[in-house]
Amino acid sequence: MARTGPTSTARRTLLWLGALIIVCTLAVGGGVLSGAVSSWAPKLGLDLEGGTQMILAPKVEGGAAITSEQLDQAVSIIRQRVDGSGVSEALISTEGGKNVVVQMPGVPTTEERNLIKASANMNFRPVIVSTNAPAGAVPEASRTPADQLPKPAAAPLNASDPNWVDAALMQSFEATSCIAPTTPLPTVTDPSKPMVACEAGSGVKYILGPVEIPGKWIKTASYGLQPGAQGVTTNTWAVQLTLVKPEGAQAFKEVTQRLNAKYLTNRDDPQARFAIVLDGNVISAPASMAVITDGQSSITGNFTEASAKALADQLKFGALPISFEIQSDEQISATLGLQQLEMGMLAGLIGLGLVVIYSLFQYRALGLVTIFSLVIAGILTYLAIVLLGWAENYRLSLAGIAGIIVAIGQTADSFIVYFERVRDELRDGRGLIAAVENGWMRAKRTILASKAVNILASLVLYFVSVGNVKGFAFTLGLTAVADLIVVFMFTHPTLQLLARTKFFGEGHHFSGLDPKQLGAVPLYRGAGRFRTPEDSPDFSKSKNARAAGEAERRQTIAERRLAAKQEQMAGSRVSGSSKSESSDDSKESK
Amino acid sequence: MKSFATFGNELYTGERSYNFVGKRKIWFSIAGIAVLLSILFPMLGGGFNFGIEFRGGSQFTISDVAHKESALGEKAVAEAVPGTVAVVTNIAGSTMQVQTDRLSDDQTLRVKDSLKAAYGVTEEHITSTFVGPTWGQDVSRQAIIGFFVFVLLATVLMALYFRTWRMSIAAIIGLLVVMVVTAGFYAASNFEVTPSAIIGFLTILSYSLYDTVVVFDKIRENTADIATSTRRTFGEEVNLAVNQTLVRSINTMMVAVLPVGSILFIGAFLLGAGTLRDLSLALFIGIIVSTFSTIFIAAPMYAWLRQNEPALAKQAKKVQARRGAETVDA
Repeated sequence: MARTGPTSTARRTLLWLGALIIVCTLAVGGGVLSGAVSSWAPKLGLDLEGGTQMILAPKVEGGAAITSEQLDQAVSIIRQRVDGSGVSEALISTEGGKNVVVQMPGVPTTEERNLIKASANMNFRPVIVSTNAPAGAVPEASRTPADQLPKPAAAPLNASDPNWVDAALMQSFEATSCIAPTTPLPTVTDPSKPMVACEAGSGVKYILGPVEIPGKWIKTASYGLQPGAQGVTTNTWAVQLTLVKPEGAQAFKEVTQRLNAKYLTNRDDPQARFAIVLDGNVISAPASMAVITDGQSSITGNFTEASAKALADQLKFGALPISFEIQSDEQISATLGLQQLEMGMLAGLIGLGLVVIYSLFQYRALGLVTIFSLVIAGILTYLAIVLLGWAENYRLSLAGIAGIIVAIGQTADSFIVYFERVRDELRDGRGLIAAVENGWMRAKRTILASKAVNILASLVLYFVSVGNVKGFAFTLGLTAVADLIVVFMFTHPTLQLLARTKFFGEGHHFSGLDPKQLGAVPLYRGAGRFRTPEDSPDFSKSKNARAAGEAERRQTIAERRLAAKQEQMAGSRVSGSSKSESSDDSKESK
Repeated sequence: MKSFATFGNELYTGERSYNFVGKRKIWFSIAGIAVLLSILFPMLGGGFNFGIEFRGGSQFTISDVAHKESALGEKAVAEAVPGTVAVVTNIAGSTMQVQTDRLSDDQTLRVKDSLKAAYGVTEEHITSTFVGPTWGQDVSRQAIIGFFVFVLLATVLMALYFRTWRMSIAAIIGLLVVMVVTAGFYAASNFEVTPSAIIGFLTILSYSLYDTVVVFDKIRENTADIATSTRRTFGEEVNLAVNQTLVRSINTMMVAVLPVGSILFIGAFLLGAGTLRDLSLALFIGIIVSTFSTIFIAAPMYAWLRQNEPALAKQAKKVQARRGAETVDA
């Protein structure tokens, strides 16, 4: 029973580990088959795949620190710009709570780069012409002939005046497509001139007058359910807009007076509407249903909660324009990426090979356990990276590969700590089965404590760091966890089982656990001769009753009395381990 | 390898023993001098050689070039953007690196085209990097925050685990020695300090404390019953623990240094400057220094911090008395 207990536990643990690996493999395999995961290979970072990475630091006007909300806005602005520019597969993320990272395959053109880093610009312009429906470019054949193009007769009276529309503007309006494939429009426009714009999403095409309300006049915006006439909340979502007083409110009053007059004569007059323009895109074009005198207006439409929130956020952004400063901009060629990947893998293989040779040299057959453990740790790490690439879009970078290679050594150290403890137990004269159990009891604590330091370091690095450091910290932490799983679920159970084989159990010369070679002095030497304290190796405090008993035998009478007293005081402690720990506590808490 | 196992046995039994704790004055003096040099050197020698990430600038890497002449690159840059001085180096194999002051977008594209023509490569073989002047500072500021947060948390973690803050203090002192000496090495050797090197530094943090915790755990085990033992003094128990884990320390160092060494080799000789080389260089030095620091600084420091505790002083007297008695008996 004492023999079958640990054996069956060991077998069961190994089965669990096998099950864990199979489940992960099936998850990845299922993903590949269903098409959710593109391949068995992990997703690669740009430094390995080639591509462009820009790290942008958003800056708020006035130099105030950027809030996480503003950072999210910055990301959504850049996402809109990148998506709008037609770059596919761009990855936009935040980093360190203050940077925006844009990663995309290939090399963007100068225009695309300018577009990404341009500072966002929001303003209100009145609508002069609207297609009122999704509109593509007018076919060449049916475009207005040159002699019929509008020729403004007089200088425009106000921003809504159709006299703004001249021949060039009309031509550009007709040539512009707001439905796929969309015509790229400039994001930076002259605020004093009219412009052609599209409403993203709806595909409606506009000609807009000059800017009447610049974004900086927006004080704040919020969203909520529209209160009805009797103060009862209705089911209509609305965006509340507050303008800066007095200039914003005054300007808005003049605008709404003009537009509302048009609205009252014809509800469908496009010129009764004003457009909220962000980066040259119309995000909303509400009609002016009332004259707003106090700068407090409410925009209603077919809002859902989400779209109302989105508009409110965008308006708030207008209140605090964000510009972007390029922190770093890398364009990595595919050749260099591939070269770095190959070299990284080569370095890993060489490193692994050296560790394998060293382990076999030092631990003989036991070194094979190290190698198998490393292989299993490698499989677990690999599966985790593929799964994370799938679930969290984690991409393996060169620094990440370096983290994995560095971890080979740290993973192998868990086995070294363990094996050395087992050897120590053998040196004390214990049989291999007992040595494995005792060695494990002692090594377990050390491994847990030291891995805790590693995991702590990875966590801290991951959360405070920027750039490459993150990828590195991530793989380092991941491998530390894989190491713990392996040492608990593979190395120890395997050693428990191996200890019962003839080769290891009898301490074959090449097993790495040969008691003779380790200078062990057996406790019992036959013919009733026990070893005496003089020729025994040093005893050390051990965690099991047998070792404690052995230690007790060597105690002086005074020590024994003291120990008995301590035991009494400590209550009903049975094992030697708790005894030694209690004395540890009482001593060191002084 | 019989001798190494025997070496381990002798260390384990105490038959062979290196006096790490007793000779602490020597070790501390050596460490003190190393630390002093590491601080003085950057101050007198002009400080660290910061990489482009700290200075800001543009950098181009051209792979698979036909000719490895620097003059080609210099001429190409001068033609594309007159007045710009380029530093062109052959970093490894057929890879050239061109560094310039910060270029605008247009200039970058012009230089790129010009370099492509000069070295006869296609778009696929050229990599460009633009770094704002604050990027490196950004990375290092975050790294410094990380350093302090980690040291603080690790101190608390160790104090809780070992149930004595003195072990934390000793471990952190050992860690600081490692950091300062590694940094000093960087300054003295004039290796470029890049964000990758900073990653390497931060990993040393983790490795150094990790190594110390393993040795300290053995010390904790050996000294757990010190109050009731008259066999060895506290310092001797600590020393025995260090000796008993010496084989582990050597094996661990070897196993940790081998993969790092292979990255260093690949990074420095086959790939040239870059993430791999900068990262592994810091680690390579750091791992070796860490192993020595744990053995020669952290453990003796711990013994020294505790040896004057009344209970331990009394225990040391008891040990002396017993030994005295034994000598008389004999």
